[in-house]
Amino acid sequence: MENITGIVNNIETFGLVDGPGVRFVAFLQGCNMRCKYCHNPETWDKNRGKEWTAEDLFNRAYRYKGYWGKDGGITISGGEPLLQIEFVTEVFRLAKEKGVHTTLDTSGQPFKNDPAFLNKFNELLKYTDLVMLDLKEIETDKHKSLTGFYNENILEMAKYLSEKNIKMWIRHVLVPDHTDDQAGLIKLNKFIKSLKTVDRVEILPYHTLGIVKWAEEKLDYPLEGVPVPTDEQIKRAEELLEIKN
Amino acid sequence: MTNFEQWEGFKGRLWKEEINTRDFIQKNYKPYEGDSSFLEGPTEATNILWGKLQELQKEERAKGGILDMETEVVSTLTAYGPGYIDEETKDLEKIVGLQTDKPLKRAFMPFGGIRMAISACETNGYKPNPKFEKIFTEYSRTHNQGVFDAYTPEMKKLRHNKIVTGLPDTYGRGRIVGDYRRVALYGIDYLIKKKNEDLINCGDGTMTDDVIRTREEVALQIRALYDMKKMASTYGFDISGPAKNAKEACQWLYFGYLAAIKTQNGAAMSVGRISTFLDIYIQRDLEKGIITESEAQELIDHMVMKFRMVKFARIPSYNQLFSGDPVWATLEVGGIGVDGRSMVTKTCYRFLHTLENMGPSPEPNLTVLYSSALPENFKKYAAEISIRTSSVQYENDDVMKPVWGDDYSICCCVSATQTGKEMQFFGARANLAKCLLYAINGGVDVVTREQVGPPYRPITSEYLDYGEVISKFENMMDWLAGAYVNTLNLIQYMHDKYYYEAAEMALIDTDVRRTFATGIAGFSHVVDSLSAIKYAKVKVIRDQDGIAVDYETTGDFPRYGNDDDRADDIAVWLLKTFLDKIKRHHTYRNSEPTTSILTITSNVVYGKATGNMPNGRRAGEPLSPGANPSYNAEQNGLLASLNSVAKLPYCWALDGISNTQTINPDALGHTEAEQTKNLVQVMDGYFDQGAHHLNVNVFGKDKLIDAMEHPEKEEYANFTIRVSGYAVKFIDLTKEQQMDVISRTCHATM
Repeated sequence: MENITGIVNNIETFGLVDGPGVRFVAFLQGCNMRCKYCHNPETWDKNRGKEWTAEDLFNRAYRYKGYWGKDGGITISGGEPLLQIEFVTEVFRLAKEKGVHTTLDTSGQPFKNDPAFLNKFNELLKYTDLVMLDLKEIETDKHKSLTGFYNENILEMAKYLSEKNIKMWIRHVLVPDHTDDQAGLIKLNKFIKSLKTVDRVEILPYHTLGIVKWAEEKLDYPLEGVPVPTDEQIKRAEELLEIKN
Repeated sequence: MTNFEQWEGFKGRLWKEEINTRDFIQKNYKPYEGDSSFLEGPTEATNILWGKLQELQKEERAKGGILDMETEVVSTLTAYGPGYIDEETKDLEKIVGLQTDKPLKRAFMPFGGIRMAISACETNGYKPNPKFEKIFTEYSRTHNQGVFDAYTPEMKKLRHNKIVTGLPDTYGRGRIVGDYRRVALYGIDYLIKKKNEDLINCGDGTMTDDVIRTREEVALQIRALYDMKKMASTYGFDISGPAKNAKEACQWLYFGYLAAIKTQNGAAMSVGRISTFLDIYIQRDLEKGIITESEAQELIDHMVMKFRMVKFARIPSYNQLFSGDPVWATLEVGGIGVDGRSMVTKTCYRFLHTLENMGPSPEPNLTVLYSSALPENFKKYAAEISIRTSSVQYENDDVMKPVWGDDYSICCCVSATQTGKEMQFFGARANLAKCLLYAINGGVDVVTREQVGPPYRPITSEYLDYGEVISKFENMMDWLAGAYVNTLNLIQYMHDKYYYEAAEMALIDTDVRRTFATGIAGFSHVVDSLSAIKYAKVKVIRDQDGIAVDYETTGDFPRYGNDDDRADDIAVWLLKTFLDKIKRHHTYRNSEPTTSILTITSNVVYGKATGNMPNGRRAGEPLSPGANPSYNAEQNGLLASLNSVAKLPYCWALDGISNTQTINPDALGHTEAEQTKNLVQVMDGYFDQGAHHLNVNVFGKDKLIDAMEHPEKEEYANFTIRVSGYAVKFIDLTKEQQMDVISRTCHATM
């Protein structure tokens, strides 16, 4: 496994909202989903980015150990990190050798309940302290229209993590008139409540800072004109998901 | 051993045998490990006085930045009778003393240069008495005249072409911190007695230049001490003897500082490290039950109010250089003693708490002497105050203490000096970005087209070769370092002669150690340009005269600010190389040469005089401030940027390495508790690597833009931001400076 490489879009040495504490975040290249509100469409294409060995990436991250305190560490995000599962596993394995906290930030889309995938996935989970799972939409048809994919396997992954006793943070991007209907949020909350290992639920209010990147990619922005949620809308959603601040 | 009844309850011997404030502090202070819950809010008197002062500040701003100017009186220690914030409320002022007879009125200070003093008045619509021009040109001379009489044509050329800028040749050099605490601890009479002893012991009787000069200087110091007593007596205080309680200690100390700012208009007029010293007096009074916590806080609030009122008359070109009317009344809290005990006291908290009691403020320039080993409670409180006010800077005690001991002060924005033991010759900065362009163009300035540097052979190849550029750059730096040090020697000589800091030096040991502070501007642009030449292909674009006017860079290259050793190694090389070249030269009065990477807000003015650079920086654009990476160079987030800066060894830049960073509050964490914790971790991580300085701003770009567009909004009246090495009210910056601040990287993770 020593020379295993992965494709990285960019790194952020000062990530404070992608897991607990101060974190080194690596954004991997490549994602199958085409979420309408995606704020980093430049990470979709598998054929871009820079190749890193797992060891180099870990060593780079480890330079920031002095800033991590007791709770910080490494987060691998994307793109979709599960598309490069062996690479992530190796980075996390190196991290755990040094006692570094590891967080996987995923949308769960590559998850398959078959032995070939699960073998790899179980290996990754051995070295994963926290999974941040995006539940973008609870209704599968709406999920398909929002992201291009149905969500059954994603919900299945959430249950699998719960069964395997893996700590989770559930995140939901709140887009007015797209992902904020009352029935949907109530149903989402019920699903989350059925999981045993959810440590935190976060609403990520939709923002428009990604629009420029769609323009750079010469793509039409599908949510043109959709406003960011108001404080009241956020508060209402937090109530429906029973988030206490 | 001397003993005064005012010293009752104080421990120790050495400080009674000789003047030794440090020993007094070490023997008597009480470290505080608790949290901020003991702090008290503002008293009614504080609210009334601060309310009045804010009205005056508003009026000052409405009048274009100047409330009032003196036109009839030359500022000296005894030029004025007492002055108060308001006659009607003078009894509420626990600490008294103004620079002139009225609040925020700017004194007339001609000794640095009469033309500057007159022009400062005239550009603001005031007409000084014409007799002053006659007096200070016909009958007497000033520092400025001395300097210009002696300047060589080359020095004038350096100055005119702005390869060396910000020279203190028209105003006070500043950066000298008197040990103002001595006034409180010993009283003036004892200090006079000791200076008289020095006068007797000065030399062996042979009248060499040095001895004659020292004798004259000590005589001037003694006269200044007598004048301090007179000055205090106009306010009804007799400061002949030591202070007997906390109120007197604060007042006596402030009179010492007031003496400095009545007689000198240096760019930086620091207060020094006073919190732990004053805490000893406050603690004694609290234990005796003669004051309450609220009264203790009131003393500190009122003292700080005075530091917020320090003003000098400046000319427009000065204001462009040092934007926002700063005085660098720098004041330190925290730090750890040589014996390992934390020097954090309750009064360190009380000083930071003034930012809550009276809101954010650029002055005094509050500085936390930081170490990851400081008490956790204190680190948290400082971070909290930073997040709320963006008014605090941090400097690494762990790297300064081995060099300067545990009683140093910060004499400017970030430069350390041993309190009462040292003075510094402030020497502004050499623009190394321009120097690199001179190397390419054989000493010709691409902006002015003058032959400024020596006419070495220019580079004539189409593409720049790293080896050739380095060799020519080294030659040009050799020349620049020599010419720069030479110019400074001359300036410092004249300053000593015509504008000697008698009041400040009276509170410093006669046998003083002197440092000679040089500085570097354009640091990151030189590093990135050299990196571009080394790792990418840089094509030179020349005009019809064969002058390199622009560069076409193809290919990627590592930039300083990304924790990439390829670029950062060049940065370290540049610092060391320049320092070595400076050190070769004779420095005035055998002072110890140091250098710095700090530019204050002058980065904007320096940038205007600097042509296109190989790293892609366009002509005229601001240089990045201090040791900050170039604009948009940082691609890997804040910590990568901090790590790059942390690689610069402080021991090679003992005058300081300033770094200013702005963090978006949303990116710092969800709750204030989380933000505080994260900010503390950032500082621990940064300073544990040996980094020197960090200015921390916590706000978003939106707020800056709104403040620029709506300066009239009440919420922005005191909106303070940290710039390179100091703090300013954002709305007091020029539009150009505001745009510069906004365009700098704001660290926000999406």
